[in-house]
Amino acid sequence: MSDQLAIRLRGVVKRYGPITAVAGLDLDVPEGTCVGLLGPNGAGKSTTMRLLTAQAIADEGKLEVLGFRLPEESKAARAQCGVSPQLDNLDVTLTVEQNLLVFTHLYRIGRADRGAAIERALQMANLVDRRDTRVDKLSGGMRRRLLIARALVHRPRLVLLDEPTVGLDPQVRQELWALIDALRAEGTTILMSTHYIEEAERLADTVLIMSHGSAVAAGPPAQLVAKHAGREAVEVYGPPAKLAETERACQAAGLLTRRTGTSVSVLGVEDADGRAPEGERRPANLEDVFVLLTGEEID
Amino acid sequence: MAVRSTSRGPTLGRLERPAITGVLVREIVNFSSYWRSSTFSSTVEPTIYLLAFGFGFGSLVSRVGNYDYVEFVGTGIVATAVLFSSAFPAMFGTFVKYKFQRTYDAILAAPVDTEELVTAEALWIATRTSVFGCVPMLVAFLFGLDPAWGMLAVPFIAFVSGFGWACFGISIAGFAKSFENFNYVVSAVLTPLFLVAGTFFPISELPEWAQILANLNPLYQCVELVRSAAFGWEGWIDLARLGVLVAFGLVMWRIAIHAMTRKLVD
Repeated sequence: MSDQLAIRLRGVVKRYGPITAVAGLDLDVPEGTCVGLLGPNGAGKSTTMRLLTAQAIADEGKLEVLGFRLPEESKAARAQCGVSPQLDNLDVTLTVEQNLLVFTHLYRIGRADRGAAIERALQMANLVDRRDTRVDKLSGGMRRRLLIARALVHRPRLVLLDEPTVGLDPQVRQELWALIDALRAEGTTILMSTHYIEEAERLADTVLIMSHGSAVAAGPPAQLVAKHAGREAVEVYGPPAKLAETERACQAAGLLTRRTGTSVSVLGVEDADGRAPEGERRPANLEDVFVLLTGEEID
Repeated sequence: MAVRSTSRGPTLGRLERPAITGVLVREIVNFSSYWRSSTFSSTVEPTIYLLAFGFGFGSLVSRVGNYDYVEFVGTGIVATAVLFSSAFPAMFGTFVKYKFQRTYDAILAAPVDTEELVTAEALWIATRTSVFGCVPMLVAFLFGLDPAWGMLAVPFIAFVSGFGWACFGISIAGFAKSFENFNYVVSAVLTPLFLVAGTFFPISELPEWAQILANLNPLYQCVELVRSAAFGWEGWIDLARLGVLVAFGLVMWRIAIHAMTRKLVD
């Protein structure tokens, strides 16, 4: 791993009228790593992504992408970045290949290299057989793969993936994970926003958990779990009255708890010495950390 | 870990040719999928105006000034075709690409700035307009308008006018909050300008204040330039007319860039 930073944000603030979408964010993305931005809806993930391409301009703070200062030098940074947006913006009346062709021009690939760049993108996205299919005839999963392939035609050094698998079936999500993993194996730096915990856990070397516009925790997923949620948890099921009672008792005994909707998870029970209630034991996971740090209720 | 930034390449300038080409390529490739409907709406409507006025009005009025009525309308109609192929597609197309297709989000994530995006979109519409603008005049040949060498300048006149009106349409789309806002612009701005452009009746019949105002109407200057191209140039007067069209284009171009930057960059 290199010790250079592909993205470096310091004290970044972005306001929309009375709303502060990003509130003093620090973010480091070392070259050659995959960093996951994890947070509930409205945590500021998408705004952060827009700041990185200068489609939103920060009110305060310093931003550097691939060594370029933003927003002044953003265009040069964008030339070496690939972006896969959350909302599909493919040209739907064009074919798969035409969509890629347009982007080889927008990313300034020379005439001699365009054909090879398109072939490579088609292969990565497993769309070689669909090259002549119009986008409005593709399945949701294929459109997503094309959206990512379109961001890769110019072999970017840094890829920004905004919610790459939102709204897709588990099977389709796995295909996309394989694609992102292959990209990672090639050494491409990736910043991926997601609110799917499993996605961050599987793909990210480092996870940054965002809440209300700033980072509340950062580190490798396993470390975050060990630090904030311990090794083991106990799930206690029962009627609401029993859950509330369990919660009170555990908190009085100094144990962390979180609700899952159907149960109460009691965390860090490996050191509980008999204070832990009866229930199903399981390893602690990133979701425990996520809920602990970003709150149980959605505001 | 050292807090050191990664090695970088050169920074990039403004209004770069590769960026403008990239946006134009996108439009050209897309045009291959919708050229039929676009060509239809840009050429058939002005042709209908030509036929309606030519036959309807032409039966009452055989001459206007020194011209046969078909000569008068057959040249004036170019401005109508210019308006229908530039301002309208620019307004609606820009709004759709911004709001519903989110195309501009994709383009601005690439090394393209709003200034280049707007410039390329306007150049593309102006290019189409230079072709579509001539179609009703070609139809008028069938009804007695005589071809003239000077008419070879008409595509150029249509291009310059079309660039200004494309930027006008992009500006409106940039300032509009919803599609409904376009109704005000069409009723309060485009329709009056289109009617007092000297296309269907000479503005010399209008009150003096309206004639003075008409000189500021880029559509009127377009009509007059096309008539000069068809029936004989008027030297400095035509250059001044071209100057009005160029000025209109430049001012609208900057306004369009301003409006779209506000819209696209938060």
